[in-house]
Amino acid sequence: MAITLSGDQALPGPPLSSRLTPAQVWGIILLAPYLLVFLAFVVYPVCYGLWLARAPANYVALYNDPIFARAAVNTLIFLVIGINIKMLIALFLSGFFAMQRTWIKWLSVIFILPWAVPSIPTILSVRFMLNPEWGMINHYIFALTGDDGPNWLNDPTVALSMAIGVHIWKSLPFWTLILITGRLAISHDLFEAAEVDGASWWQKFRFITWPSMQTLYVTCTLLSMIWTLGDFNSVYLLTGGGPADLTHVLATLGIRYLRLDQLSLAMASIVCAMPFVLPLVYFMMKRLSR
Amino acid sequence: MKLPSLRDVATEARLLLIGIPVFLWTMIPIYHMFLFAISPKEDAFSGKLWPDHPTLHNFEIVFKQQHYFLRDFYVQFWNSTLIAAAVGVLTLFIATAAAFSISRLKVPGGRIVLNLALFTYFIPAAFLAVPMYRTMGNYGLLNNHWSLILAMVTIASPYAIWVLKQASDKLPVELDEAAVMDGATTLQIFRLVYLPLMMPSLVAIGTYAVLLAWNEYLYAFLLLSNDREITLPVALGNFLAADDSPWELLMTTGFIYALPPAAVYYAFRRYMVGGLTAGAVKS
Repeated sequence: MAITLSGDQALPGPPLSSRLTPAQVWGIILLAPYLLVFLAFVVYPVCYGLWLARAPANYVALYNDPIFARAAVNTLIFLVIGINIKMLIALFLSGFFAMQRTWIKWLSVIFILPWAVPSIPTILSVRFMLNPEWGMINHYIFALTGDDGPNWLNDPTVALSMAIGVHIWKSLPFWTLILITGRLAISHDLFEAAEVDGASWWQKFRFITWPSMQTLYVTCTLLSMIWTLGDFNSVYLLTGGGPADLTHVLATLGIRYLRLDQLSLAMASIVCAMPFVLPLVYFMMKRLSR
Repeated sequence: MKLPSLRDVATEARLLLIGIPVFLWTMIPIYHMFLFAISPKEDAFSGKLWPDHPTLHNFEIVFKQQHYFLRDFYVQFWNSTLIAAAVGVLTLFIATAAAFSISRLKVPGGRIVLNLALFTYFIPAAFLAVPMYRTMGNYGLLNNHWSLILAMVTIASPYAIWVLKQASDKLPVELDEAAVMDGATTLQIFRLVYLPLMMPSLVAIGTYAVLLAWNEYLYAFLLLSNDREITLPVALGNFLAADDSPWELLMTTGFIYALPPAAVYYAFRRYMVGGLTAGAVKS
Protein backbone atom coordinates (compact mmCIF):
# COMPACT_ATOMS: atom_id res chain seq x y z
CA MET A 1 0.00 0.00 0.00
CA ALA A 2 1.27 3.41 -0.98
CA ILE A 3 1.07 5.13 2.37
CA THR A 4 3.35 2.70 4.08
CA LEU A 5 5.67 2.02 1.16
CA SER A 6 8.68 4.06 2.12
CA GLY A 7 11.16 1.24 1.82
CA ASP A 8 12.39 1.72 5.34
CA GLN A 9 11.49 -1.65 6.83
CA ALA A 10 14.62 -3.31 5.50
CA LEU A 11 17.08 -0.97 7.22
CA PRO A 12 18.28 -2.35 10.53
CA GLY A 13 19.88 -0.21 13.15
CA PRO A 14 18.08 3.08 13.80
CA PRO A 15 15.71 3.28 16.81
CA LEU A 16 12.13 2.13 16.37
CA SER A 17 10.57 5.59 16.37
CA SER A 18 12.60 6.77 13.41
CA ARG A 19 11.85 3.61 11.44
CA LEU A 20 8.08 4.10 11.58
CA THR A 21 6.29 6.31 9.13
CA PRO A 22 3.63 8.65 10.55
CA ALA A 23 1.01 6.36 9.03
CA GLN A 24 2.37 3.43 10.97
CA VAL A 25 2.41 5.42 14.19
CA TRP A 26 -1.26 6.21 13.59
CA GLY A 27 -1.83 2.56 12.84
CA ILE A 28 -0.51 1.58 16.24
CA ILE A 29 -2.53 4.30 17.98
CA LEU A 30 -5.73 3.20 16.24
CA LEU A 31 -5.10 -0.44 17.03
CA ALA A 32 -4.43 0.30 20.71
CA PRO A 33 -8.07 0.45 21.92
CA TYR A 34 -8.77 -3.06 20.71
CA LEU A 35 -5.48 -4.36 22.08
CA LEU A 36 -6.32 -2.90 25.48
CA VAL A 37 -9.77 -4.53 25.47
CA PHE A 38 -8.21 -7.79 24.34
CA LEU A 39 -5.54 -7.77 27.05
CA ALA A 40 -7.88 -6.73 29.85
CA PHE A 41 -10.92 -8.85 29.00
CA VAL A 42 -9.62 -11.84 27.06
CA VAL A 43 -5.95 -12.51 27.90
CA TYR A 44 -6.14 -11.73 31.60
CA PRO A 45 -9.39 -13.65 32.28
CA VAL A 46 -8.24 -16.69 30.29
CA CYS A 47 -4.83 -16.82 32.02
CA TYR A 48 -6.40 -16.24 35.41
CA GLY A 49 -8.99 -18.96 34.73
CA LEU A 50 -6.34 -21.44 33.63
CA TRP A 51 -4.36 -20.65 36.75
CA LEU A 52 -7.45 -21.32 38.88
CA ALA A 53 -7.99 -24.66 37.16
CA ARG A 54 -4.37 -25.79 37.54
CA ALA A 55 -4.80 -28.22 40.48
CA PRO A 56 -5.19 -31.87 39.40
CA ALA A 57 -7.64 -32.33 42.28
CA ASN A 58 -10.22 -30.38 40.24
CA TYR A 59 -10.11 -32.93 37.46
CA VAL A 60 -10.45 -35.79 39.92
CA ALA A 61 -13.49 -34.06 41.39
CA LEU A 62 -14.97 -33.60 37.90
CA TYR A 63 -14.29 -37.22 37.04
CA ASN A 64 -16.16 -38.29 40.15
CA ASP A 65 -19.10 -35.95 39.52
CA PRO A 66 -21.84 -37.89 37.67
CA ILE A 67 -23.39 -34.59 36.57
CA PHE A 68 -20.23 -33.73 34.65
CA ALA A 69 -20.20 -37.05 32.77
CA ARG A 70 -23.89 -36.61 31.96
CA ALA A 71 -23.33 -33.04 30.77
CA ALA A 72 -20.47 -34.17 28.53
CA VAL A 73 -22.69 -36.82 26.93
CA ASN A 74 -25.56 -34.35 26.57
CA THR A 75 -23.25 -31.83 24.90
CA LEU A 76 -22.08 -34.49 22.46
CA ILE A 77 -25.70 -35.43 21.62
CA PHE A 78 -26.57 -31.76 21.23
CA LEU A 79 -23.68 -31.19 18.82
CA VAL A 80 -23.60 -34.39 16.81
CA ILE A 81 -27.33 -35.02 16.44
CA GLY A 82 -28.83 -31.56 16.96
CA ILE A 83 -26.50 -29.60 14.71
CA ASN A 84 -26.56 -32.13 11.89
CA ILE A 85 -30.36 -32.21 11.88
CA LYS A 86 -30.40 -28.41 11.90
CA MET A 87 -27.94 -28.09 9.02
CA LEU A 88 -29.76 -30.68 6.92
CA ILE A 89 -33.03 -28.80 7.40
CA ALA A 90 -31.23 -25.55 6.60
CA LEU A 91 -29.81 -27.06 3.41
CA PHE A 92 -33.26 -28.28 2.41
CA LEU A 93 -34.97 -24.98 3.22
CA SER A 94 -32.30 -22.96 1.42
CA GLY A 95 -33.48 -24.68 -1.75
CA PHE A 96 -37.08 -23.87 -0.90
CA PHE A 97 -36.40 -20.21 -0.18
CA ALA A 98 -34.31 -19.83 -3.33
CA MET A 99 -37.50 -20.39 -5.40
CA GLN A 100 -38.78 -17.34 -7.24
CA ARG A 101 -42.27 -16.83 -5.77
CA THR A 102 -43.75 -13.75 -4.19
CA TRP A 103 -45.28 -15.66 -1.31
CA ILE A 104 -41.99 -17.40 -0.57
CA LYS A 105 -40.28 -14.00 -0.45
CA TRP A 106 -42.81 -12.92 2.19
CA LEU A 107 -42.44 -16.16 4.08
CA SER A 108 -38.67 -15.66 4.20
CA VAL A 109 -39.24 -12.26 5.84
CA ILE A 110 -41.32 -13.92 8.57
CA PHE A 111 -39.00 -16.91 8.78
CA ILE A 112 -36.17 -14.70 10.06
CA LEU A 113 -38.17 -13.60 13.15
CA PRO A 114 -36.82 -16.24 15.61
CA TRP A 115 -33.32 -15.01 14.88
CA ALA A 116 -34.27 -11.32 15.12
CA VAL A 117 -36.09 -11.45 18.46
CA PRO A 118 -34.32 -12.07 21.78
CA SER A 119 -34.25 -15.65 23.10
CA ILE A 120 -35.59 -15.18 26.57
CA PRO A 121 -39.27 -14.34 25.92
CA THR A 122 -39.63 -16.87 23.11
CA ILE A 123 -37.94 -19.72 25.00
CA LEU A 124 -40.07 -18.99 28.07
CA SER A 125 -43.11 -18.99 25.79
CA VAL A 126 -42.20 -22.51 24.63
CA ARG A 127 -41.58 -23.50 28.22
CA PHE A 128 -45.10 -22.55 29.18
CA MET A 129 -46.56 -24.33 26.15
CA LEU A 130 -44.91 -27.51 27.47
CA ASN A 131 -46.28 -27.04 30.98
CA PRO A 132 -48.02 -30.36 31.79
CA GLU A 133 -51.06 -28.82 33.54
CA TRP A 134 -51.61 -25.43 31.94
CA GLY A 135 -49.68 -25.64 28.69
CA MET A 136 -51.40 -25.40 25.34
CA ILE A 137 -49.93 -28.62 23.97
CA ASN A 138 -51.27 -30.87 26.71
CA HIS A 139 -54.55 -28.98 26.59
CA TYR A 140 -55.02 -30.08 22.99
CA ILE A 141 -53.74 -33.59 23.62
CA PHE A 142 -56.44 -33.88 26.29
CA ALA A 143 -59.10 -32.34 24.05
CA LEU A 144 -58.30 -34.72 21.18
CA THR A 145 -57.55 -37.98 22.94
CA GLY A 146 -59.04 -37.62 26.41
CA ASP A 147 -55.70 -38.63 27.91
CA ASP A 148 -53.31 -36.48 29.90
CA GLY A 149 -50.29 -35.50 27.83
CA PRO A 150 -46.76 -36.33 28.94
CA ASN A 151 -44.93 -34.30 31.56
CA TRP A 152 -42.61 -32.95 28.87
CA LEU A 153 -39.79 -31.38 30.79
CA ASN A 154 -39.75 -34.00 33.53
CA ASP A 155 -38.18 -36.70 31.37
CA PRO A 156 -34.49 -36.03 30.70
CA THR A 157 -34.51 -37.43 27.15
CA VAL A 158 -37.62 -35.50 26.11
CA ALA A 159 -36.41 -32.37 27.90
CA LEU A 160 -33.06 -32.46 26.12
CA SER A 161 -34.78 -33.06 22.77
CA MET A 162 -36.98 -30.04 23.45
CA ALA A 163 -33.90 -27.95 24.25
CA ILE A 164 -32.38 -29.05 20.94
CA GLY A 165 -35.68 -28.13 19.27
CA VAL A 166 -35.57 -24.67 20.79
CA HIS A 167 -31.99 -24.26 19.65
CA ILE A 168 -32.97 -25.25 16.11
CA TRP A 169 -35.95 -22.89 16.19
CA LYS A 170 -33.69 -20.01 17.18
CA SER A 171 -30.71 -20.51 14.87
CA LEU A 172 -32.18 -22.24 11.81
CA PRO A 173 -32.99 -18.92 10.05
CA PHE A 174 -29.41 -17.69 10.28
CA TRP A 175 -27.87 -20.80 8.75
CA THR A 176 -30.59 -21.05 6.12
CA LEU A 177 -29.83 -17.45 5.14
CA ILE A 178 -26.14 -18.26 4.73
CA LEU A 179 -26.84 -21.37 2.68
CA ILE A 180 -29.25 -19.38 0.49
CA THR A 181 -26.44 -16.96 -0.40
CA GLY A 182 -24.31 -20.00 -1.22
CA ARG A 183 -27.00 -21.43 -3.46
CA LEU A 184 -27.68 -18.15 -5.26
CA ALA A 185 -23.99 -17.91 -6.11
CA ILE A 186 -24.20 -21.01 -8.31
CA SER A 187 -24.37 -20.13 -11.99
CA HIS A 188 -27.86 -20.52 -13.36
CA ASP A 189 -26.55 -21.79 -16.69
CA LEU A 190 -25.56 -25.07 -15.08
CA PHE A 191 -29.14 -25.76 -14.08
CA GLU A 192 -30.47 -24.78 -17.49
CA ALA A 193 -28.00 -27.11 -19.18
CA ALA A 194 -29.01 -29.91 -16.82
CA GLU A 195 -32.67 -29.17 -17.57
CA VAL A 196 -32.02 -29.54 -21.28
CA ASP A 197 -30.27 -32.86 -20.63
CA GLY A 198 -33.33 -34.02 -18.71
CA ALA A 199 -31.64 -34.29 -15.32
CA SER A 200 -33.87 -35.22 -12.40
CA TRP A 201 -34.26 -33.13 -9.28
CA TRP A 202 -31.91 -35.42 -7.38
CA GLN A 203 -29.30 -35.44 -10.14
CA LYS A 204 -29.27 -31.65 -10.21
CA PHE A 205 -28.69 -31.58 -6.48
CA ARG A 206 -26.13 -34.36 -6.54
CA PHE A 207 -24.02 -33.09 -9.43
CA ILE A 208 -24.48 -29.31 -9.37
CA THR A 209 -25.71 -27.97 -6.04
CA TRP A 210 -23.83 -30.21 -3.63
CA PRO A 211 -20.37 -29.99 -5.25
CA SER A 212 -20.58 -26.17 -5.24
CA MET A 213 -21.87 -25.97 -1.70
CA GLN A 214 -20.12 -28.73 0.21
CA THR A 215 -17.24 -26.60 1.48
CA LEU A 216 -19.64 -23.93 2.68
CA TYR A 217 -21.86 -26.56 4.25
CA VAL A 218 -19.01 -28.20 6.18
CA THR A 219 -17.71 -24.81 7.33
CA CYS A 220 -21.18 -23.84 8.55
CA THR A 221 -21.61 -27.13 10.38
CA LEU A 222 -18.29 -26.83 12.20
CA LEU A 223 -18.88 -23.17 13.04
CA SER A 224 -22.33 -23.96 14.33
CA MET A 225 -20.91 -26.77 16.48
CA ILE A 226 -18.33 -24.45 18.07
CA TRP A 227 -20.94 -21.80 18.80
CA THR A 228 -23.50 -24.26 20.07
CA LEU A 229 -21.01 -25.28 22.76
CA GLY A 230 -21.70 -21.81 24.13
CA ASP A 231 -25.48 -22.05 23.82
CA PHE A 232 -26.47 -21.41 27.39
CA ASN A 233 -29.98 -20.06 26.81
CA SER A 234 -31.66 -23.01 25.06
CA VAL A 235 -31.00 -25.36 27.95
CA TYR A 236 -30.97 -23.00 30.91
CA LEU A 237 -34.17 -21.14 30.08
CA LEU A 238 -36.13 -24.23 29.05
CA THR A 239 -35.11 -26.91 31.56
CA GLY A 240 -32.75 -25.09 33.93
CA GLY A 241 -30.59 -28.24 33.72
CA GLY A 242 -33.37 -30.25 35.34
CA PRO A 243 -34.88 -32.66 36.08
CA ALA A 244 -32.31 -33.61 38.72
CA ASP A 245 -29.47 -31.91 36.79
CA LEU A 246 -29.76 -34.50 34.01
CA THR A 247 -30.04 -32.14 31.04
CA HIS A 248 -27.02 -29.92 31.65
CA VAL A 249 -24.62 -29.19 28.82
CA LEU A 250 -21.10 -27.87 29.36
CA ALA A 251 -22.20 -24.26 29.00
CA THR A 252 -24.83 -24.49 31.75
CA LEU A 253 -22.67 -26.75 33.92
CA GLY A 254 -19.90 -24.14 34.10
CA ILE A 255 -22.44 -21.56 35.27
CA ARG A 256 -23.90 -24.09 37.73
CA TYR A 257 -20.48 -24.58 39.36
CA LEU A 258 -20.03 -20.83 39.37
CA ARG A 259 -23.31 -20.35 41.24
CA LEU A 260 -22.24 -23.03 43.74
CA ASP A 261 -19.09 -20.96 44.26
CA GLN A 262 -16.87 -23.69 42.79
CA LEU A 263 -15.04 -21.47 40.35
CA SER A 264 -12.07 -23.79 39.91
CA LEU A 265 -14.41 -26.65 38.97
CA ALA A 266 -16.20 -24.36 36.51
CA MET A 267 -12.89 -23.52 34.86
CA ALA A 268 -11.74 -27.15 34.93
CA SER A 269 -14.91 -28.27 33.11
CA ILE A 270 -14.19 -25.70 30.40
CA VAL A 271 -10.56 -26.80 30.17
CA CYS A 272 -11.80 -30.37 29.61
CA ALA A 273 -13.71 -29.16 26.52
CA MET A 274 -10.61 -27.52 25.04
CA PRO A 275 -9.11 -30.65 23.39
CA PHE A 276 -12.30 -30.74 21.29
CA VAL A 277 -12.75 -27.02 20.76
CA LEU A 278 -9.20 -26.00 19.85
CA PRO A 279 -8.79 -28.28 16.81
CA LEU A 280 -12.13 -27.04 15.49
CA VAL A 281 -11.13 -23.42 16.09
CA TYR A 282 -7.74 -24.03 14.46
CA PHE A 283 -9.41 -25.56 11.43
CA MET A 284 -11.91 -22.68 11.16
CA MET A 285 -9.17 -20.08 11.43
CA LYS A 286 -7.20 -21.74 8.65
CA ARG A 287 -10.35 -21.77 6.49
CA LEU A 288 -11.34 -18.18 7.14
CA SER A 289 -8.05 -16.33 7.29
CA ARG A 290 -6.79 -17.51 3.94
CA MET B 1 -55.57 -15.83 -19.58
CA LYS B 2 -53.88 -19.20 -19.57
CA LEU B 3 -55.10 -21.72 -17.05
CA PRO B 4 -52.29 -23.18 -14.93
CA SER B 5 -51.44 -26.70 -16.00
CA LEU B 6 -51.91 -29.64 -13.69
CA ARG B 7 -48.16 -29.87 -13.25
CA ASP B 8 -47.91 -26.25 -12.07
CA VAL B 9 -50.66 -26.85 -9.56
CA ALA B 10 -48.89 -29.94 -8.25
CA THR B 11 -45.60 -28.06 -7.86
CA GLU B 12 -47.33 -25.22 -6.06
CA ALA B 13 -49.11 -27.67 -3.75
CA ARG B 14 -45.84 -29.35 -2.89
CA LEU B 15 -44.27 -25.99 -2.11
CA LEU B 16 -47.20 -25.15 0.13
CA LEU B 17 -46.69 -28.46 1.88
CA ILE B 18 -43.28 -27.13 2.93
CA GLY B 19 -44.32 -23.51 3.37
CA ILE B 20 -47.22 -24.04 5.76
CA PRO B 21 -45.27 -26.14 8.33
CA VAL B 22 -42.40 -23.64 8.12
CA PHE B 23 -44.82 -20.79 8.83
CA LEU B 24 -46.43 -22.60 11.77
CA TRP B 25 -43.07 -23.69 13.22
CA THR B 26 -41.80 -20.11 13.08
CA MET B 27 -44.89 -18.37 14.37
CA ILE B 28 -46.29 -20.62 17.12
CA PRO B 29 -43.93 -19.60 19.97
CA ILE B 30 -44.24 -15.94 18.98
CA TYR B 31 -48.01 -16.11 18.62
CA HIS B 32 -48.24 -17.90 21.96
CA MET B 33 -46.36 -15.02 23.56
CA PHE B 34 -48.65 -12.48 21.90
CA LEU B 35 -51.72 -14.48 22.94
CA PHE B 36 -50.68 -14.35 26.58
CA ALA B 37 -50.05 -10.63 26.32
CA ILE B 38 -53.63 -9.91 25.22
CA SER B 39 -55.34 -12.46 27.50
CA PRO B 40 -56.70 -11.96 30.99
CA LYS B 41 -55.20 -14.49 33.40
CA GLU B 42 -58.16 -16.95 33.20
CA ASP B 43 -58.12 -17.02 29.40
CA ALA B 44 -54.36 -17.40 29.20
CA PHE B 45 -54.43 -20.62 31.21
CA SER B 46 -57.42 -22.10 29.36
CA GLY B 47 -55.51 -23.09 26.23
CA LYS B 48 -57.78 -21.19 23.80
CA LEU B 49 -56.35 -20.07 20.47
CA TRP B 50 -57.98 -16.66 20.81
CA PRO B 51 -59.06 -15.22 24.18
CA ASP B 52 -62.80 -14.74 24.90
CA HIS B 53 -62.08 -11.27 26.15
CA PRO B 54 -58.96 -9.86 24.49
CA THR B 55 -57.63 -6.98 26.51
CA LEU B 56 -54.77 -4.53 26.73
CA HIS B 57 -54.97 -4.58 30.50
CA ASN B 58 -51.65 -6.46 30.81
CA PHE B 59 -49.89 -3.69 28.93
CA GLU B 60 -51.49 -1.15 31.25
CA ILE B 61 -50.14 -3.03 34.30
CA VAL B 62 -46.67 -3.14 32.78
CA PHE B 63 -46.63 0.51 31.76
CA LYS B 64 -47.95 1.63 35.14
CA GLN B 65 -45.54 -0.74 36.94
CA GLN B 66 -48.45 -2.11 38.97
CA HIS B 67 -46.89 -5.42 39.95
CA TYR B 68 -44.14 -6.46 42.35
CA PHE B 69 -42.01 -7.90 39.51
CA LEU B 70 -42.51 -4.79 37.40
CA ARG B 71 -41.79 -2.06 39.90
CA ASP B 72 -38.57 -1.02 38.13
CA PHE B 73 -39.73 -1.62 34.56
CA TYR B 74 -38.78 1.82 33.21
CA VAL B 75 -35.41 1.84 34.95
CA GLN B 76 -34.63 -1.59 33.52
CA PHE B 77 -35.82 -0.62 30.05
CA TRP B 78 -33.58 2.42 30.25
CA ASN B 79 -30.63 0.28 31.44
CA SER B 80 -31.08 -2.02 28.45
CA THR B 81 -31.26 0.93 26.08
CA LEU B 82 -28.26 2.70 27.55
CA ILE B 83 -26.09 -0.42 27.58
CA ALA B 84 -27.05 -1.39 24.02
CA ALA B 85 -26.29 2.13 22.77
CA ALA B 86 -22.97 2.27 24.61
CA VAL B 87 -21.94 -1.14 23.25
CA GLY B 88 -22.88 -0.03 19.72
CA VAL B 89 -20.85 3.18 19.90
CA LEU B 90 -17.80 1.65 21.60
CA THR B 91 -17.70 -1.38 19.31
CA LEU B 92 -17.96 0.81 16.22
CA PHE B 93 -15.17 3.07 17.47
CA ILE B 94 -12.80 0.26 18.45
CA ALA B 95 -13.49 -1.97 15.46
CA THR B 96 -13.39 0.79 12.81
CA ALA B 97 -10.10 2.11 14.16
CA ALA B 98 -8.63 -1.40 14.24
CA ALA B 99 -9.89 -2.34 10.77
CA PHE B 100 -8.54 0.91 9.28
CA SER B 101 -5.22 0.34 10.95
CA ILE B 102 -4.90 -3.28 9.81
CA SER B 103 -6.37 -2.99 6.33
CA ARG B 104 -5.41 0.50 5.12
CA LEU B 105 -2.32 1.42 7.17
CA LYS B 106 -0.92 -2.13 7.13
CA VAL B 107 0.33 -1.66 10.65
CA PRO B 108 3.13 -4.10 11.60
CA GLY B 109 1.65 -7.04 13.46
CA GLY B 110 -1.84 -6.30 12.18
CA ARG B 111 -2.17 -9.80 10.82
CA ILE B 112 -1.45 -11.27 14.27
CA VAL B 113 -4.01 -9.03 15.95
CA LEU B 114 -6.59 -10.03 13.36
CA ASN B 115 -5.94 -13.70 14.03
CA LEU B 116 -6.18 -13.16 17.78
CA ALA B 117 -9.51 -11.40 17.26
CA LEU B 118 -10.72 -14.22 15.05
CA PHE B 119 -9.68 -16.70 17.73
CA THR B 120 -11.78 -14.85 20.31
CA TYR B 121 -14.69 -14.86 17.87
CA PHE B 122 -14.63 -18.66 17.84
CA ILE B 123 -14.40 -19.17 21.59
CA PRO B 124 -17.96 -19.94 22.77
CA ALA B 125 -19.28 -16.95 24.71
CA ALA B 126 -20.49 -19.07 27.64
CA PHE B 127 -16.97 -20.39 28.15
CA LEU B 128 -15.55 -16.91 28.44
CA ALA B 129 -18.34 -15.94 30.84
CA VAL B 130 -16.90 -17.82 33.81
CA PRO B 131 -13.44 -16.22 33.84
CA MET B 132 -14.97 -12.89 32.76
CA TYR B 133 -17.23 -12.90 35.81
CA ARG B 134 -14.28 -13.37 38.11
CA THR B 135 -12.20 -10.78 36.28
CA MET B 136 -14.92 -8.15 36.58
CA GLY B 137 -14.95 -8.90 40.30
CA ASN B 138 -11.20 -8.34 40.44
CA TYR B 139 -11.59 -5.04 38.59
CA GLY B 140 -14.32 -4.05 41.06
CA LEU B 141 -16.87 -3.60 38.25
CA LEU B 142 -19.54 -6.14 39.29
CA ASN B 143 -23.01 -4.60 39.51
CA ASN B 144 -21.76 -1.70 37.46
CA HIS B 145 -23.11 -1.11 33.95
CA TRP B 146 -19.56 -0.78 32.69
CA SER B 147 -18.92 -4.46 33.38
CA LEU B 148 -21.66 -5.53 30.97
CA ILE B 149 -20.76 -2.84 28.42
CA LEU B 150 -17.09 -3.85 28.38
CA ALA B 151 -17.91 -7.56 28.30
CA MET B 152 -20.25 -7.11 25.34
CA VAL B 153 -17.72 -4.90 23.51
CA THR B 154 -15.16 -7.67 24.02
CA ILE B 155 -17.53 -10.18 22.46
CA ALA B 156 -18.80 -7.97 19.64
CA SER B 157 -15.55 -6.40 18.43
CA PRO B 158 -13.74 -9.47 17.00
CA TYR B 159 -16.53 -10.11 14.53
CA ALA B 160 -16.88 -6.38 13.88
CA ILE B 161 -13.16 -6.07 13.10
CA TRP B 162 -13.31 -9.12 10.85
CA VAL B 163 -16.25 -7.86 8.79
CA LEU B 164 -14.96 -4.29 8.58
CA LYS B 165 -11.47 -5.45 7.62
CA GLN B 166 -12.90 -7.50 4.76
CA ALA B 167 -15.02 -4.56 3.62
CA SER B 168 -12.02 -2.19 3.78
CA ASP B 169 -9.89 -4.53 1.71
CA LYS B 170 -12.36 -4.05 -1.13
CA LEU B 171 -11.92 -0.27 -1.26
CA PRO B 172 -9.49 0.71 -4.03
CA VAL B 173 -5.95 1.62 -2.90
CA GLU B 174 -5.91 4.47 -5.42
CA LEU B 175 -8.27 6.48 -3.21
CA ASP B 176 -5.73 6.60 -0.39
CA GLU B 177 -2.91 7.26 -2.84
CA ALA B 178 -4.77 10.17 -4.39
CA ALA B 179 -5.55 11.60 -0.98
CA VAL B 180 -1.88 11.36 0.04
CA MET B 181 -0.89 13.16 -3.19
CA ASP B 182 -3.25 15.95 -2.24
CA GLY B 183 -1.46 16.18 1.07
CA ALA B 184 -4.10 14.60 3.29
CA THR B 185 -2.97 13.42 6.69
CA THR B 186 -3.78 9.92 7.92
CA LEU B 187 -6.60 11.20 10.08
CA GLN B 188 -8.08 13.17 7.20
CA ILE B 189 -8.05 10.04 5.05
CA PHE B 190 -9.79 8.18 7.86
CA ARG B 191 -12.44 10.82 8.37
CA LEU B 192 -13.04 12.11 4.85
CA VAL B 193 -12.33 9.12 2.62
CA TYR B 194 -12.61 5.96 4.67
CA LEU B 195 -15.62 6.55 6.93
CA PRO B 196 -18.05 7.76 4.21
CA LEU B 197 -17.19 4.80 1.96
CA MET B 198 -17.59 2.32 4.81
CA MET B 199 -21.01 3.62 5.85
CA PRO B 200 -23.09 0.56 4.82
CA SER B 201 -20.80 -1.83 6.71
CA LEU B 202 -20.73 0.50 9.70
CA VAL B 203 -24.54 0.52 9.85
CA ALA B 204 -24.57 -3.28 9.72
CA ILE B 205 -21.94 -3.63 12.44
CA GLY B 206 -23.52 -0.98 14.66
CA THR B 207 -26.87 -2.75 14.40
CA TYR B 208 -25.21 -6.09 15.10
CA ALA B 209 -23.53 -4.80 18.26
CA VAL B 210 -26.67 -3.04 19.53
CA LEU B 211 -28.82 -6.15 19.02
CA LEU B 212 -26.20 -8.41 20.58
CA ALA B 213 -26.11 -6.26 23.71
CA TRP B 214 -29.87 -5.77 23.92
CA ASN B 215 -30.52 -9.52 23.58
CA GLU B 216 -27.78 -10.71 25.93
CA TYR B 217 -28.98 -12.71 28.91
CA LEU B 218 -26.11 -14.80 30.32
CA TYR B 219 -23.58 -12.02 30.85
CA ALA B 220 -26.23 -9.61 32.08
CA PHE B 221 -27.45 -11.99 34.72
CA LEU B 222 -23.94 -12.88 35.87
CA LEU B 223 -22.58 -9.37 36.00
CA LEU B 224 -25.58 -7.37 37.28
CA SER B 225 -27.81 -8.30 40.16
CA ASN B 226 -29.17 -5.18 41.85
CA ASP B 227 -32.84 -4.65 40.88
CA ARG B 228 -32.27 -1.11 39.67
CA GLU B 229 -29.09 -1.99 37.73
CA ILE B 230 -30.28 -5.07 35.82
CA THR B 231 -31.44 -5.10 32.20
CA LEU B 232 -34.84 -6.27 31.00
CA PRO B 233 -33.89 -9.89 30.15
CA VAL B 234 -32.55 -10.42 33.67
CA ALA B 235 -35.77 -8.97 35.08
CA LEU B 236 -37.72 -11.43 32.90
CA GLY B 237 -35.64 -14.30 34.23
CA ASN B 238 -36.35 -13.15 37.78
CA PHE B 239 -40.08 -13.67 37.17
CA LEU B 240 -39.40 -17.39 37.40
CA ALA B 241 -38.19 -17.09 40.97
CA ALA B 242 -41.78 -17.23 42.25
CA ASP B 243 -43.90 -20.39 42.09
CA ASP B 244 -47.03 -18.52 41.03
CA SER B 245 -45.33 -16.37 38.40
CA PRO B 246 -47.72 -14.02 36.59
CA TRP B 247 -47.03 -15.57 33.17
CA GLU B 248 -49.38 -13.22 31.31
CA LEU B 249 -47.35 -10.25 32.60
CA LEU B 250 -44.08 -12.03 31.90
CA MET B 251 -45.16 -12.62 28.30
CA THR B 252 -46.41 -9.04 27.97
CA THR B 253 -43.10 -7.63 29.18
CA GLY B 254 -41.28 -10.11 26.95
CA PHE B 255 -43.34 -8.98 23.98
CA ILE B 256 -42.50 -5.32 24.66
CA TYR B 257 -38.85 -6.28 25.08
CA ALA B 258 -38.81 -8.21 21.77
CA LEU B 259 -40.35 -5.40 19.70
CA PRO B 260 -37.38 -2.96 19.46
CA PRO B 261 -34.85 -5.52 18.18
CA ALA B 262 -37.36 -6.88 15.66
CA ALA B 263 -38.08 -3.33 14.45
CA VAL B 264 -34.38 -2.48 14.26
CA TYR B 265 -33.67 -5.68 12.40
CA TYR B 266 -36.34 -5.06 9.78
CA ALA B 267 -35.40 -1.39 9.43
CA PHE B 268 -31.76 -2.29 8.68
CA ARG B 269 -32.38 -5.63 7.00
CA ARG B 270 -30.92 -4.42 3.72
CA TYR B 271 -27.57 -3.75 5.40
CA MET B 272 -27.69 -6.66 7.82
CA VAL B 273 -28.21 -9.51 5.38
CA GLY B 274 -25.47 -8.43 2.97
CA GLY B 275 -23.00 -7.20 5.55
CA LEU B 276 -23.31 -9.99 8.07
CA THR B 277 -23.67 -13.09 5.97
CA ALA B 278 -20.77 -11.99 3.80
CA GLY B 279 -18.49 -11.81 6.81
CA ALA B 280 -19.76 -14.75 8.80
CA VAL B 281 -18.64 -17.40 6.40
CA LYS B 282 -16.28 -16.80 3.54
CA SER B 283 -17.02 -19.40 0.93
